[in-house]
Amino acid sequence: MSAEALLEVRDLSVEFASRHGALKAVRSTSFTMRAGETLAVLGESGSGKSVTAMSIMGLLDPVRSRTSGSITFEGTELVGLSRARRRRFPGRNIAMIFQDALAALNPVQTVGSQISEVLRVHQGASHGAAKAQAIEYMDRVRIPAAAQRYSSYPHQLSGGMRQRVMIAIALALQPKLLIADEPTTALDVTVQAQIMQLLTELRRETGMALLFITHDLGVSAEVADRIAVMYAGRIVETGTAAEVYLHSRHPYTRGLLDSIPRAAQKGQRLTPIVGSPPPLTAIPRGCSFHPRCPRAAEVCTTDRPELREISAAHCSACHFAEELADARG
Amino acid sequence: MADPQLAALEIAEPAAGRQASLLRDARAQLARRPSFWLSGGFILVMIVVAIVPQAFASWFGHGDPRSCNLSDSLLSSRSGHPFGFDKQGCDIYANVIYGARDSISIGILVTALSMFIAVVLGCLSGYYMGWLDTVVSRVADVFFGFPFILGALVLLTSLRSHSVWTVSLALALFSWPTLTRLMRASILSAKQMDYVLSARSLGASDWRLIRKHLLPNAIAPVIVISALTVGGVIAAESTLTFLGVGLQEPAISWGLQLANAQSDFQSHPHLLIYPGLFLSATVLSFIVLGDALQDVLDPRRNER
Repeated sequence: MSAEALLEVRDLSVEFASRHGALKAVRSTSFTMRAGETLAVLGESGSGKSVTAMSIMGLLDPVRSRTSGSITFEGTELVGLSRARRRRFPGRNIAMIFQDALAALNPVQTVGSQISEVLRVHQGASHGAAKAQAIEYMDRVRIPAAAQRYSSYPHQLSGGMRQRVMIAIALALQPKLLIADEPTTALDVTVQAQIMQLLTELRRETGMALLFITHDLGVSAEVADRIAVMYAGRIVETGTAAEVYLHSRHPYTRGLLDSIPRAAQKGQRLTPIVGSPPPLTAIPRGCSFHPRCPRAAEVCTTDRPELREISAAHCSACHFAEELADARG
Repeated sequence: MADPQLAALEIAEPAAGRQASLLRDARAQLARRPSFWLSGGFILVMIVVAIVPQAFASWFGHGDPRSCNLSDSLLSSRSGHPFGFDKQGCDIYANVIYGARDSISIGILVTALSMFIAVVLGCLSGYYMGWLDTVVSRVADVFFGFPFILGALVLLTSLRSHSVWTVSLALALFSWPTLTRLMRASILSAKQMDYVLSARSLGASDWRLIRKHLLPNAIAPVIVISALTVGGVIAAESTLTFLGVGLQEPAISWGLQLANAQSDFQSHPHLLIYPGLFLSATVLSFIVLGDALQDVLDPRRNER
């Protein structure tokens, strides 16, 4: 384990019991994050990106799911920690913001008291001090007229304001890692941009690391230092944003990039990825992408390609990664 | 760094200054409903009557329900005695007024007891699941299997004392499962919400999660059904008393008055009508109140 790693995920697998047998949401996934880094995890619905985040936060139901592998945060092993210690571990270390801020805020509590509650419980702040501090945080996430908004209920705020409140709650504990699970998916495009800008600024101010989960290729290109692409519960490609976007070494990532409409290609048909993702109870043998892959060969149906380094800081899990090198020109 | 124009736009939206709370919201909606005013007002009056019956009983000059004169037996309404006399020659008006106390006490006592059990057991079993939930749910099923009245009837028959307390306990024993199931189901659905996950991700303890996040969001349907339960319990108490296993003489209750009216109501209908009227109006009021609360507290209501 490298000394500077903030979060190290090794061979993480998460299975859920379902009627159709074990549902493999995450299959031996490994990645590391350094302090202050922004990693975007990119993937379609059901590719395991949210489950990965939930397992890092320890929010998965231990009765219905089975987590194996290892998650270490600053050297502390989180998998297999006792329930009570696991509960206390996030907060100061890791915080998470959710996709739908309206659902993620308690509807019967004012937004201000939801922020100050965190401060009171974790820092033992008095009611007055916690309130002052909460308003400060609301200011910091650019909520206008924060003092008045303190006693608003979540349903009285707009989507963007709610997401800002969520961010304020997450920031209140000054975490070293912030996990954002599709924080802008439920928002208008203009508000999306504001929230993304806010997250980037806050990350710069506080120096926290950001694990950004999204299915939006554009957003991740803007904010991420590194990108990890997930498919059917595995990371298929990682690398710096520029490497992954400009010199993709995996047919799936290429398929994703080709399916984005571009102004330059107006009037032409889009090239979608054929087929749909496999059900997680019946993931194909070999490379799980082979039924949809334009380059699939015999070896892809039998051998599972492991994630391997292609060039410095660029890994791909494709048998033909080298050949894909500069196909794009 | 916020764009001032943008800030001005966003501040305008929640009608600055007027901070409505959920509770105030509900109250404002209730205020617009005549059914709420009528039922709530009647219940309030009946509760005051139950607390100080003497203040109301003496309105017509003859306030003592126990001063009876056999020579007045079965006489119908006359000056000073608007509801007439029963078979023992007691003033029916005074009896009806004094009868409110036991009926309403039992209604509220039973409901409060069931609600307490429901909140405690429902929260614990809905939150922790596992063996605790299995035990609570199966025990509730057992009591749920008995018809409400029949169960209480069998139990009371075997008891020697038939006071307000024993009748209440017998009724509570068979009314807690409904509320407990509801509370549990409500907690189960609240548990799925992101804000619970979010609070847990911030390190909230089980107790804090239940108290601050689950209970306030899950209690509404239980409050509604509790209001309905009060009406049901009052009717059940009268039924049991009418059948001779509920409250017994010398207690004064609407059920007893109805039981005494049995043999003579065909020739003297006033024996049945007045206690029956008060009983029905009280039960109906609680049911209407429950309905009004349901409309206001149920987030899935379509109007608004």
